[in-house]
Amino acid sequence: MSDGAVVTRPTTDERLTPTSWVTRLLRRPAVSAGIAALVIFVFFSVTTQSFASSAGIATWLESAATIGIMAVPVGLLMTAGEFDLSAGVMVGFSGLVTGVLTTHYGVNVWLSMALSAVACLAVGVLNGMLVTRTRLPSFIVTLGTFFVLQGVNLALLKAIIGQVSIQGMNRVPGFRDVQWLLASRTSIFGMQVQASVWWWVAVVALGTWVLTRTRYGNWIYAVGGAFESAREVGVPVKRTKVALFTATAGCGWLVGQISLFRFGTAQSSSGIGLELIFIICAVVGGCVMTGGVGSAIGPALGALIYGMANLGIVYAGWDNNWLKAFLGVMLLLAVLLNNYIRERAEGLR
Amino acid sequence: MTTPLIEARSLGKRYGNVVALSDVSTRVDAGAVTCILGDNGAGKSTLIKILAGAQSHDDGDLLVDGEPVRLERPKDALDRGIATVYQNLAVVPMMPVWRNFFLGSELTTGRGPLRRLAVKDMRAITRSDLASMGIDLRDVDQPIGTLSGGERQCVAIARAVHFGAKVLILDEPTAALGVKQSGVVLRYIAAARDRGLGVVFITHNPHHASLVGDRFLVLRRGRSIADRIKGDITPAELTALMAGGSELDDLSHELGATSL
Repeated sequence: MSDGAVVTRPTTDERLTPTSWVTRLLRRPAVSAGIAALVIFVFFSVTTQSFASSAGIATWLESAATIGIMAVPVGLLMTAGEFDLSAGVMVGFSGLVTGVLTTHYGVNVWLSMALSAVACLAVGVLNGMLVTRTRLPSFIVTLGTFFVLQGVNLALLKAIIGQVSIQGMNRVPGFRDVQWLLASRTSIFGMQVQASVWWWVAVVALGTWVLTRTRYGNWIYAVGGAFESAREVGVPVKRTKVALFTATAGCGWLVGQISLFRFGTAQSSSGIGLELIFIICAVVGGCVMTGGVGSAIGPALGALIYGMANLGIVYAGWDNNWLKAFLGVMLLLAVLLNNYIRERAEGLR
Repeated sequence: MTTPLIEARSLGKRYGNVVALSDVSTRVDAGAVTCILGDNGAGKSTLIKILAGAQSHDDGDLLVDGEPVRLERPKDALDRGIATVYQNLAVVPMMPVWRNFFLGSELTTGRGPLRRLAVKDMRAITRSDLASMGIDLRDVDQPIGTLSGGERQCVAIARAVHFGAKVLILDEPTAALGVKQSGVVLRYIAAARDRGLGVVFITHNPHHASLVGDRFLVLRRGRSIADRIKGDITPAELTALMAGGSELDDLSHELGATSL
């Protein structure tokens, strides 16, 4: 430290009107998502029988977890000002690679998972390099990789195994071992909690740590908030973005493996359409589409809202398709709220 | 005479067949302010891009501490202690003041995976450094976008000083500011000078320049039309050189209001 003479001043300043903790709390974008989640929880708990039962909670937590593991990196990526439309199909790609290698070629299950990870991370790096090198909008670049992967998933799988889904996964040697790691249940308070929920919690914790307590997190906010400024003060802007695309692909790999070992199968079409759900969760969780604002807990809360609504609508006996309408409304409300908060916070005339 | 921090000898820069800068010479001394004046399109931006390392020169010599150099990228300039405060100030509006202050040069504590930001230290240093420059900030946690233009400018200057700048290049720091705010920024320029820094002050306002300047380089259409030291030139001459006297009345009015 260059400056030893740290002036000690009182922590309060008379020019600051004391902001109540309620106001301070509400300024945090993730908090509104938390409140929304609470309202939805109470609503379905009151209106349906099974929603708040231990079996019910375990079910919607699992639904939220698989979405949530991806929503976190997608949210961080959005905070850095980028999108990844290939995030959904990456989940399918991840499971298919492992599935084909084990069931068709008889490769060791752990090695197959590792190879699948390498393939996914390579696509992530490619996404990042294409976006940072060309300075094209990530929307277009990842739309491209989205369709490429989608085509590969559908056509290559059919060409190799002649079917549209992986069969016989549970006969693969070592299947149980991996399943214990990725898709086993733990009994807590009478709830059979899926392993995916723990992975989700781990990803949220890691994301929060990185974003708020590391240099790298500072850079994520900076590249999303003001790219040129970040570059001028020496932030490695390209590396920051490439790493985020890679992390997103890595989480896609994780979710792909979890669902492969959870259900013992993977379809060539799996994951398609999820990319938009991830983005909705991130925005509902307070991440701003143009970058600079976001958190890891926010997208996780967005995923929780998704999971609860997904199952709550079924438990309430409503038409399942209402979920889409509900998500649309949540998205619009979140965007309007974010916009309002941002204008207040930036205070730029 | 001591070795200047920066010396430009017949610098030139071409973009294709467009000559942006030609035969420009000047110097920046420690504890002195070199003002670069000129109207829009005079070549001020090109010159500071060369000094800041954003672009390298095509003709002439650039000497830093008496040593001929070619600055290929901003980092080359930063490594030699040349810090540039651009008009956008290189701040991220949504981020807190202290995060902006240390952006790109964050302090960390701990090792390996536990290496983390030294949040407390950074907050305290931001506060005390700004205070020592005479900037009394209400809350270092507020987004920097909520500060006034002058305050933001001062934070950017304080940041450059903290990170060991020997030469401070200020790109039109008073351009978007009102009279009072400009006065505040000029005070910080004087404060930086008094700390022994060499300051390059780019402006198109001759009155701001004459208030703090020790040397005046006037550019027009990519060429140097004057490189004088203080006492060699009067504010009126400076204005006349720069704007041809056309805006003299407006500007002298402003001068009266900003006298420190």
